[in-house]
Amino acid sequence: MSYQGKKNIPKITSDRLLIKGGRIVNDDQSFHADIYLEDGVIKQIGDNLIVPGGVKTIEANGKMVIPGGIDIHTHFQMPYRGTTTVDDFAQGSKAALAGGTTMIVDHVIPEPGSSLMEAYDQWRQWADEKACCDYSLHVDITHWNDSIKQEVDNLIKEKGVNSFQVYMAYKDYYQMSNSELYEIFTFLAERGGIVQVHAENGEIIAEEQARMLQMGITGPEGHVLSRPEELEAEAVFRAITIASQTNCPLYVTRVMSKSAADIISQARKRGNVVFGEPITASLGTDGTHYWSKNWAKAASFVTSPPLSPDPTTPDYLNTLLSSGDLSVTGSAHCTFSVSQKAIGKDDFTQIPEGVNGVEERMTLIWDKAVTTGKMDENMFVAVTSTNAAKILNLYPRKGRIAVGSDADLVIWDTDSLRTITAKTHNSVAEYNVFEGMELRGAPLVVICQGKIVLEDGNMHVTSGVGRFIPCAPYPDYAYKRVKARKQLAVLRAVPRGMYDGPVSEFSMSRGGTPSASARTSPTKQPVRNLHQSGFSLAGNPALCGPPTPDDIPIRPAGRRIVVPPGGRSNITSLS
Amino acid sequence: MHPSAKAFCNIQLTYPSMVVTENWQQTSERLLIKGGRVVNDDQSFFADVYIEDGLIKQVGENLVVPGGVKVIEVNGHMVIPGGIDVNTCLMKPYLGTNPVDDFLQGTKAALAGGTTMIIDHVTPQPGDSLLDAFECWQEAADKKACCDYSLHVDIPQWNETVKDELELLVHEKGINSFQVYMAYKDVYQMSDSELYEAFSFLKQLGAVVLVHAENGDLIAQEQRKILGMGITGPEGHPLSRPEELEAEAVFRAITLGNRVNCPVYITKVMSKSAADTITQARRKGSVVFGEPITASLATDGSHYWSKNWAKAAAYVTSPPLSPDPTTPDHLHTLLACGDLQVVGSAHCTYSTSQKAIGKDDFTLIPEGTNGVEERMGFVWDKAVAMGKMDENQFVAVTSTNAAKIFNLYPRKGRIAVGSDADIVIWDPNSVKTISAKNQQSASEYNIFEGLECRGGPVLVLSQGQVVYEEGKLQVQQGTGRFIPRKHFPDHAYQRVMFRNQGKEAVTRGMYDGPVYDVVPTPKYITPAPSAKSSPTSHQPPPIRNLHQSNFSLSGAQTDDNVPRRSGHRIVGPPGGRSNITSLG
Repeated sequence: MSYQGKKNIPKITSDRLLIKGGRIVNDDQSFHADIYLEDGVIKQIGDNLIVPGGVKTIEANGKMVIPGGIDIHTHFQMPYRGTTTVDDFAQGSKAALAGGTTMIVDHVIPEPGSSLMEAYDQWRQWADEKACCDYSLHVDITHWNDSIKQEVDNLIKEKGVNSFQVYMAYKDYYQMSNSELYEIFTFLAERGGIVQVHAENGEIIAEEQARMLQMGITGPEGHVLSRPEELEAEAVFRAITIASQTNCPLYVTRVMSKSAADIISQARKRGNVVFGEPITASLGTDGTHYWSKNWAKAASFVTSPPLSPDPTTPDYLNTLLSSGDLSVTGSAHCTFSVSQKAIGKDDFTQIPEGVNGVEERMTLIWDKAVTTGKMDENMFVAVTSTNAAKILNLYPRKGRIAVGSDADLVIWDTDSLRTITAKTHNSVAEYNVFEGMELRGAPLVVICQGKIVLEDGNMHVTSGVGRFIPCAPYPDYAYKRVKARKQLAVLRAVPRGMYDGPVSEFSMSRGGTPSASARTSPTKQPVRNLHQSGFSLAGNPALCGPPTPDDIPIRPAGRRIVVPPGGRSNITSLS
Repeated sequence: MHPSAKAFCNIQLTYPSMVVTENWQQTSERLLIKGGRVVNDDQSFFADVYIEDGLIKQVGENLVVPGGVKVIEVNGHMVIPGGIDVNTCLMKPYLGTNPVDDFLQGTKAALAGGTTMIIDHVTPQPGDSLLDAFECWQEAADKKACCDYSLHVDIPQWNETVKDELELLVHEKGINSFQVYMAYKDVYQMSDSELYEAFSFLKQLGAVVLVHAENGDLIAQEQRKILGMGITGPEGHPLSRPEELEAEAVFRAITLGNRVNCPVYITKVMSKSAADTITQARRKGSVVFGEPITASLATDGSHYWSKNWAKAAAYVTSPPLSPDPTTPDHLHTLLACGDLQVVGSAHCTYSTSQKAIGKDDFTLIPEGTNGVEERMGFVWDKAVAMGKMDENQFVAVTSTNAAKIFNLYPRKGRIAVGSDADIVIWDPNSVKTISAKNQQSASEYNIFEGLECRGGPVLVLSQGQVVYEEGKLQVQQGTGRFIPRKHFPDHAYQRVMFRNQGKEAVTRGMYDGPVYDVVPTPKYITPAPSAKSSPTSHQPPPIRNLHQSNFSLSGAQTDDNVPRRSGHRIVGPPGGRSNITSLG
């Protein structure tokens, strides 16, 4: 790890910078002030600052100065069946900076069965080599067992990862059963981690996919037909239920549909600690393009959960984002070339999933939410940057313009107007799902780690300067309420006299289920027959003893107690 | 009609002259109900009702009837169709013991409460034949039941043999409703995939899918947690089955129903959140029905914390009664506005000594509460007498809707010419206090003990016979007939039929651009799916490293490889080119 050590040393080259005459916009207030940056950190904020001579000065002319965006969801350089997404960490983070995003959080996706730690190291290596902006990592838990537990523990304690994604979709691959989800949620709640879920009902999707293919639907429209939005809503509902049972904060990645967003906002109204992340694509476009006659175009929209064919979805999601029911925005930027997408040309289930959006994210929200009057500029900062920093426990280092915070700043031009097209975007992908959209609002100047990376439309990025930013567990934003509830939620048994009435005779086995394992889903193990084996043992008086819940088989249940220890009590007066 | 029932009818028919005696057996092949107000689900009107041979022959004023007919003067009282209790378990075995109310005791209680038909659950154990279980239940009921009955069959597991049996039950045995379980992990519980298949199959058969909606996986986890905390009494039951697990499963069942385009019937709606979920789904157009039960409509789960173990245990049922005391009121409101449709009782009573099987472990307490006798009374008391519901809606939720959903209408659930003469004279003003001392059920505890209930039957007719009059039952066991039910009930399936249109693929030119060469592992199929999805299993690492080994291979020239299938670069595609891939 000597390699990383080097990263954490502030760059000697870092300029001193003075931003003059800007209007600072944080998530809580806006005010006019100058900002002085030194060594990649904000040193002073105020009027008439005393700064060393020879400092480079940027005149903001009353324009907005906002904290650089944090894209909480990217997949740069993601391996997929022997290939990788076309935007690597260099290209992807360059696109991010071009759009005013100065930090990205990428997903580490280990293959099921492989080590989380190795995958984490691999991602660190890729990102350290190439990233042009600061980054952090989520780790996806793609399977669950005791060694994974240990790795998750280490990642939290030593590696600066506090968020882990689990999958409710991708049956027989990444998908977790409800019991596993319960265990993971419980485990992470104890260690102060954030559970992120990919919420779709994988079992029903598998059935629907088979049905679509059987009907002869093999094109990209099959993708959205086999993943209708209610499957997303169902999984969101289930995830919230499990999180509520385990008292664990929940983060739903990729909110793509109205119904899923509604479920989240209802749950928040009931007091659940749940955060929803719509992505650039769901905020900016819809799923009607899956029916495009141009296969390559249709395929470029393929992502999961799919974009909703309901054209009112983006507007609705922007509204919930403005009202605070949805908390953060990501891009889920995961770009494949047309020839990669064409792996699934004869079968939509084989199309690699992912859309672009890291560059368009902030502009798009400005255009769809702020200029339409749904959202004010402070909320804009909250959903593009501050909330993400709070959830990841990076606040106020990131997500705020304050003395001591990192010098990741954007001077935002509210009047700029540009047309999105694949010809000019910074991604390598041939298609842009926002092709042809005219969007207002764009970064004028982007400052990352105290250095100007975008000015006058020119990018000056250096590959490999991006630092890994470790995230500490127990972010207050998610855990304060959870901790308070933990203290309240103490369950107590009712103290009763011991039941001393007659006990009906009952047979040992429950109606005879000779093949329990065969009956449940094929993946189930016979381990679950604890209850049944417990019954057959219960007749054996040698096993009498205090109930040991961890050890259900030997619980001395229904034994007839003639003279109960501790004497009798009259608790069974009937009627 | 079952042979024995037919024989019984024939005997009756041979002695038509023996009418007009006080002995009920020989009486009343012919009956006239005079001066009553007939209340159906759609309207109320004053009319006389003439009954012959167990059927309603005439409804109207100034009827011309044969002489010597027994006349019942009802003096303006309500005349309503007999209640239909859609959910009873009078024979559900638990660890070798049976409920204390069998078909005789249970149907007596039903009649005493104004219910003239029950639909009981056949509950085979996993591995049992559904058909055998059905016949066993039918035999027992034919011997003992005092009122007409029908049967739901529960599907304890899903496999190929079950499919054949279901087909037989639907086509030859007159069963059109089957229950599946989302709870009882590793016993009855089905996975989402199995549910999808079961729903698809039952839809083809035109059957109604009944769902016991609770998330069994989470319950199992919670039970372990609660027992681990040393909570072993009945309060552990609701603590380990919080109402959101019910709401979650209801939501999932509805989602499945929507995907398969299949009507879904939620049995035992016990909580506000589950009921709200149903309400919202109906607002979005889902074909879903909700059945609150007597217990959830009249009492709440605070009793689980009773110091009296036997009393607390008497309330144990699944899903549990909600500890929220505002639940009954909320459910009545939804029932009144039509968001919930039918009322069952889930009557399944165990004696205290049977409940005591779980005295050291709440997970072993046999589940079930009483309610068949109190069902109609409480709906009247808590909904109609409170001004939430009118009398027509009362008839709808206690009788008519059930008859419609399960395809018994208009034979049952309506007072009309040609319908069965299952009729109740209802007194809205009678008041009685519920107590185990004067109930028909054989159980020692009545969970409604001490509650006052306005409204009750003064006279009950079943199959044209007076079986209950002024507090006295006059029944004979074995008179109940099995009522077969046809598949594809209109009430549930009409909308579904219209929604059955197919989806079409988009016609495109063939994609002729470059295709990335890919390793042949299909995306959703892994060599060892079973290993991964279970927490206890160990990963076989070598299998999983397929991807990685392919990684290293991909460095080589792909063209050098052995002839491959799909992913080849097509330079000149067969059938010529088309310009579908213009980039930019």
